[in-house]
Amino acid sequence: MSKVRVLVGTKKGAFILTSDGKRKKWKVSGPLFAGWEIYHVKGSPLDPNRIYASQTSGWFGQVIQRSDDGGKTWHLPGTPSGETPKSPEGFPMGESNKFAYDTSEKTGKPLTTHQWYDGTQHPWEFKRVWHLEPSLHDPDTVYAGVEDAALFKTTNGGKTWQELPGLRGHKTGAQWAPGAGGMGLHTILLDKKNPKRMFIAISSAGVFRTDDEGKTWKPVNKGLRSQYIPDPDAEVGHCVHRIAMHPSRPNVLFMQKHWDVMRSDDGGENWKEVSGNLPTDFGFPIEVHSHEPETIYVVPIKSDSEHYPPDGKLRVYRSKSGGNEWKALTKGLPQKDCYVNILRDAMSVDTLDPCGVYFGTTGGQVYASADSGDNWMAIVENLPSVLSVEVQVY
Amino acid sequence: MIRIILPAHLQALANVGAEIKLDVRSPVTQRSLLDALELRYPALKGTIRDHTTHKRRALVRFYACEKDLSNESPDTLLPDAVAHGQEPFMIIGSIAGG
Repeated sequence: MSKVRVLVGTKKGAFILTSDGKRKKWKVSGPLFAGWEIYHVKGSPLDPNRIYASQTSGWFGQVIQRSDDGGKTWHLPGTPSGETPKSPEGFPMGESNKFAYDTSEKTGKPLTTHQWYDGTQHPWEFKRVWHLEPSLHDPDTVYAGVEDAALFKTTNGGKTWQELPGLRGHKTGAQWAPGAGGMGLHTILLDKKNPKRMFIAISSAGVFRTDDEGKTWKPVNKGLRSQYIPDPDAEVGHCVHRIAMHPSRPNVLFMQKHWDVMRSDDGGENWKEVSGNLPTDFGFPIEVHSHEPETIYVVPIKSDSEHYPPDGKLRVYRSKSGGNEWKALTKGLPQKDCYVNILRDAMSVDTLDPCGVYFGTTGGQVYASADSGDNWMAIVENLPSVLSVEVQVY
Repeated sequence: MIRIILPAHLQALANVGAEIKLDVRSPVTQRSLLDALELRYPALKGTIRDHTTHKRRALVRFYACEKDLSNESPDTLLPDAVAHGQEPFMIIGSIAGG
């Protein structure tokens, strides 16, 4: 029988939750990297034993961890698993944590600048890795979305990272500005059918698409309207919280924006609103059912100034029509006095049938549904605030 | 031998105890001490000083002999008591407040 592994990143470490395919009884292990913020943990789709984690600290910076045995042991890439990271010469350790913006004349440009809070231009400054996206084609290749917004890539299992500077060097880069949460590149979607295409999303710049493996990028934000920027229809400046796609239909994208749930049927060229009957269209994550490309999930949050569910009721909303018509899913979720938030990377689906749906809260609960959202249970409670949730079936 | 005290998070990262001892070539300065530390424990690269600029990370402090040496030039000689191993060089994560 298949097994399920839920990878949870929190404000104070990582946790791994495991179950069999029934998804009823769960074992919790952790904390890993105790005390550090774990922005994201994600496994390779080709090798579930290969897992990468972004470990970060306001004090001590960025660390990339890697496991080659399904999360049992971890090491800094460049150090063989299980060995003490002490070897002085020859190991590229330390380099695995180095995210240096490309300032070369040949491949990039001298370090560009972006819009700062006071209206001046500000140089890019690396702060942390928000999101790790392992390649669909090679377990050693991973993309990293970072703050200040840029895209990095490793092709050697995380030993070294190189920026794909065409994104930051896009002509609109000088207009990008950080929101209150920082200027993070938080979403990376890889196109299963077209290895040269990928989508990324930045808060608060918007969605960009490349069709040449990251060399050049195009903003794809037409149709987004954001009242909080001077020109609501601007090419960039939209606070996109999350985008999602079903692997079988890479031209169909779904978006949870700062406000509004959106949909594109042409690879991001045009967007239309599908918020429909949602009680509020503010929120952070959005996910697509593993086997039903028109079934999508959001978790409505009251507003941009009140980051908790409306009426103290934690409700996942599911649309089986690709948006517009939404139904509240409440069975097993707290329906009173609930004032947690669900962050953008804290929702995921598994590939079993029926599809499992998972999300974590800032209150430290991880909820799971083994039946596409009809019924929910807390599979762990009282963790530190959850930053990210990913699921593996192995 | 120079004595260096690391904060808990960096002890875990380097897989060492609270205090470590290192040979540091003269002159013993912040720079030569940290160069030697990173050479022996490469996992600490970027955690105390920025990878690129080699500036001290903002929330890391350096104390020794009951003095805050954080803002000293990295090429200033460290106190003799540190250079002779009588007093440790302390690398501290600054207090979070709250």
